[in-house]
Amino acid sequence: MPAYLVNLAYLLASALFIFGLKGLAHPRTAVRGNLLGATGMLIAIVVTLADRSILSYELIVAGFVVGGFAGAVMAVKVPMTGMPQMVALLNGFGGAASALVAGAALFEAHAAGLELSRQFTVATAASALIGGVTFWGSLVAFAKLQELISGHAVVFRGQHVLNALIAAVCLALGIWLVAEPETDRVYWLLVAASSVLGVLTTIPIGGADMPVVISLLNSYSGLAAAATGFVLSNNMLIIAGSLVGASGLILTQIMCRAMNRSLANVLFGGLGAVAVSKAEEDKVYAGKVKAASPEEIAMMLETARRVIIVPGYGMAVSQAQHAVQALAKLLESRGTEVLYAIHPVAGRMPGHMNVLLAEADVPYEALKDMDEVNPLFPETDVAIVIGANDVVNPLARTDPKSPIAGMPILDVDKARTVVVIKRSLSPGFAGIPNPLFAADNTLMYFSDGKKAVNDLIHALKEAA
Amino acid sequence: METLVAAITIFVLAIFVGFEVITKVPPTLHTPLMSGSNAISGITIVGAILSAGTQHTTLTTVLGFLAVVFATINVVGGFLVTHRMLEMFRRK
Repeated sequence: MPAYLVNLAYLLASALFIFGLKGLAHPRTAVRGNLLGATGMLIAIVVTLADRSILSYELIVAGFVVGGFAGAVMAVKVPMTGMPQMVALLNGFGGAASALVAGAALFEAHAAGLELSRQFTVATAASALIGGVTFWGSLVAFAKLQELISGHAVVFRGQHVLNALIAAVCLALGIWLVAEPETDRVYWLLVAASSVLGVLTTIPIGGADMPVVISLLNSYSGLAAAATGFVLSNNMLIIAGSLVGASGLILTQIMCRAMNRSLANVLFGGLGAVAVSKAEEDKVYAGKVKAASPEEIAMMLETARRVIIVPGYGMAVSQAQHAVQALAKLLESRGTEVLYAIHPVAGRMPGHMNVLLAEADVPYEALKDMDEVNPLFPETDVAIVIGANDVVNPLARTDPKSPIAGMPILDVDKARTVVVIKRSLSPGFAGIPNPLFAADNTLMYFSDGKKAVNDLIHALKEAA
Repeated sequence: METLVAAITIFVLAIFVGFEVITKVPPTLHTPLMSGSNAISGITIVGAILSAGTQHTTLTTVLGFLAVVFATINVVGGFLVTHRMLEMFRRK
């Protein structure tokens, strides 16, 4: 196939990627959008396979079979609660693939004795650096989310200095690679150093900050692809990579804003490493916490006109989404309006709660984001908080010294009654007590999320 | 130098397009957006195919093969899991 036709096909694929992402603007058009993106990918692959310089297809097909099988199994088997891990892994593989392609291109150029342009060498260094960080950072994120290692922030003395040093080493190696691209060794050293950097910069980030990290690594995987596009002078790679890079950056920004923290604070802050003191807890909770039985709560729900359910990561952990949906259905059948309030950082990745609830057949119209739902709380009879903590902590509004000061929260405390389903009074990720639990209009319902909701359903049915 | 400037032009414009398109994605679809865009970043697969297929040296072939495996996981896993999620949002 002549080069101009190949490039036209690549242009078509790029356009399909853009249309595909555009389709994600609405749940109704999203399936078609995803299919358009996949079609673009198929076109790009088929056209590339027709390239005359390909001598043998055996390894390519072997790679397709191995990767295709692994990818398909992962995609079909992964439970919706495990989606953050899955996306973390995919981010990593994308970054690794880009760095490997850039390395292969470098060694091919060596073997052919080609004169290397500055664009080629700078882009190769960038791809190796970003790809290495993305791969190893994503593996650490995966291990934390899968609980293979502790999800807490790992901080130690001199951490920032060490990380800065390794970053400087990476930069120096990058410059060396650009200056002396004919030395193979430098590429490998750069990959090794960036791998170490990826691990060390991800371990100080704790569980609830994962949405930011995953978004950022998502962005990196795109930028690595774009850098490889510069290596190969392939416009399609540059376009697709920068689309993904932009997407990840936007999500990162949304997540940071939803916590009122800067990206630097999330990446270097090590939040969640300090535990709350007992005395501090007593000051907030002592003698003020009221516990309620499912029967008492069912009585309130019976007469409620509007109920808002506020899910958090705890709901995912106890797999309570189906029970929650059953409760909502029961309430709706009695004429109660039921809405869901979704905080942007609820869960372990952007949109995590929405996916879980969609899996349980909750219509997306009932899922309200923070700005939409907050004005409704004062006219809400019962707000049910299940597995959320920091995102409903009123200290964010009142205590300027709190680690979550200024973080936009869901104003559940303004509802007539707040029911908090929680195993104990243990603090959330930010490690601070939550005065909501001791508020006059709050009832604590101490239980596992799924069991609690099922008992509520039972109590409601009994009462009827 | 001219090709570099052309490539940078495309890079910058594509980022603008990306920002315009992605800001219109509602928070409800942010998870599928991530997995779907992930699949798109598997576009590196075209470079991987060429490296694995042209077989310049053993080293480049091995690197190319590994890249094909990783990128295929990305593409197949990414698009499939996105489809699975979006189907859940569509049904009512």
